[in-house]
Amino acid sequence: MTGSVDVSAATRTFLAQTEEHLVSYLEACVHCGLCADACHFHEASGDPRHTPAYKLFPIAKAYRRQRFPLAWLGLAPRITERDLTEWEELLFDTCTLCGRCTTVCPMAIDIASIVGAARQAFVAAGLGPADLLAAADSSRDHGSPLGLTAQKLRERIEWLQDEHQVPIALDRDKAEVLLTVSSIETMKYPDSVVAMAKVLNHAGVDWTLSTKGYEATNFGYLSGKGEIARLMVERIVDAAQSVGARTVVIPECGHAFGALRWAGANLLGRPLPFAVLHISEYLALLKREGKLKLEPLPDSITYHDPCQIARRGGATEAARDVLQDFAEDFREMSPAGNLNWCCGGGGVQAIARAAELRHKVFKIKIDQVERTGARTMVSSCSNCRLTMDESKAHWKWDGTLASLVEIVAEHLVDQKPGTGRGAVQQP
Amino acid sequence: MSLLAFARGPALQIALAVFAAGVAWRLLALLLLPWARDRSVARATAPPALVGAVKGFVRHLWPPKPLVRSALVVTLNGYVFHLGLAIVVFGLAQHIAFVRGLVGIQWPNLPSEVVSAVAVVTLASLMVAVVRRLTSPVLRLISTFNDYFSWLVTMLPVVTGLLAVSHLWARYETLLAMHILSVALLLIWFPFGKLMHAFLVFLTRSETGIFYNRRGAQI
Repeated sequence: MTGSVDVSAATRTFLAQTEEHLVSYLEACVHCGLCADACHFHEASGDPRHTPAYKLFPIAKAYRRQRFPLAWLGLAPRITERDLTEWEELLFDTCTLCGRCTTVCPMAIDIASIVGAARQAFVAAGLGPADLLAAADSSRDHGSPLGLTAQKLRERIEWLQDEHQVPIALDRDKAEVLLTVSSIETMKYPDSVVAMAKVLNHAGVDWTLSTKGYEATNFGYLSGKGEIARLMVERIVDAAQSVGARTVVIPECGHAFGALRWAGANLLGRPLPFAVLHISEYLALLKREGKLKLEPLPDSITYHDPCQIARRGGATEAARDVLQDFAEDFREMSPAGNLNWCCGGGGVQAIARAAELRHKVFKIKIDQVERTGARTMVSSCSNCRLTMDESKAHWKWDGTLASLVEIVAEHLVDQKPGTGRGAVQQP
Repeated sequence: MSLLAFARGPALQIALAVFAAGVAWRLLALLLLPWARDRSVARATAPPALVGAVKGFVRHLWPPKPLVRSALVVTLNGYVFHLGLAIVVFGLAQHIAFVRGLVGIQWPNLPSEVVSAVAVVTLASLMVAVVRRLTSPVLRLISTFNDYFSWLVTMLPVVTGLLAVSHLWARYETLLAMHILSVALLLIWFPFGKLMHAFLVFLTRSETGIFYNRRGAQI
């Protein structure tokens, strides 16, 4: 690594983002260490280096050296290549930006916000896990991190329609609702795409997918590549505008939801011209409007809250609204909701070298699920699902994993399609 | 000039000036930075920013239930020495007299025995804090000079104050001078180290409260 790490670019990139709230966060840490016990990586590994506050050290150092009111004294140590290479793993592999550490912080420091900004600085320095960065580049060049080009999407949708005998709207001229997909589910959990189509058709929603903008995940955002992050948002905006959609529905992907719902307008530099809803929010809405007719689900299930949908997304109740009166044997994990333990994958699920650590993290989840006695753990994030599926195989765990939209689609009661149009105000 | 006269006079004046100017400087340097503008649409149910700020402040007064067990000792100990310091600083008759001389306001004092007892508890609590910092692997890793020095300058006025009121170890005048000098050291260090959290806590808790409440999450 030596020689190829551009320390000054890292410092410059971070300092360009030194907005008031980030600096307040950096300066306010009292080093009490409470965040360690809130972090799933520290909980799983017991390694003090996984303490969230420690992950901010190089960034705090860069700031103190350059901008702190006493920087002119030159007392603060200079940030080195060694700092950056050592912390690369901590900032990328051992943080899912889940925000659990913030809940226990007596100063309420939002560490995830700083880690997000720090990643951009690390990428500017030429660091960052190669596979994560490649996923971002592939999104730019091929439309999706897993190489799902527009042509592949067409072929895949055609195949899924034939296979499942479910109409899947693609490239309609006009639609009120633009549905997006995550390439993880399109490639690995294609039933999820079929399930979304089934539900939207069932409720009579005026919807379409678009080859102009279909990829909901934003690896530019996750990897700290700002240009790619903006490009991914622009594609969805273009697609929505070309079909006249006033609502964009994000599939079962937590980070995709956060990247568009909460970061999209900021990446774009102007408000989004549509409302953004996660599929769990949209399901809850359709159910509230009486457009979802469901058979009861008798199996014992529990629900895993994806961090970016619940804790950092504010849609904690949506899945529970869907499950209420539908899942007859629903059991909450402890803790659940906004304090749920993260799956350990998040947006950095793509980093292969961190797999061992993720498996350790999944032990926390296995324990949580087993304490409920539920047979099935349902989630509404394909990133969580992929992370958990891989760890489930690793531990040969016999619990079942399922997707919220899929269990809903499997329990639809046949009815005449509704007449609703589908566009909604931003909730 | 005697040591006590120096402590009461120039030392304390300089320290107070450094404290006031330093705090103002740090806060201004911070508040004059660019403020991020959030262009995302707040959730329809989100409270106004001021309500979000207050909620954020109140919410972080105590750890959330599932995390209480691991955070209990640290949180309680934190409350003990913060409240203890406040009671000692604002409850002792001599401190009130000093403030009256400085700015002309006063309030009723607590009995000196009570204040001394609270100071002993505070000192014990500060000891617990530093022992934990020296023994916990997490804290050893994340602790810096700033943490230990800030602890030292907080602890010294408590120790010297207790010695002065109990007339132990040396002449009262000498002990009082030491006490005042230790306070001067605390005031001078305050703006440059982590003691600034006493001011920053209002910013960070409010901003996090606003950030999450506008998303419809209360953490």
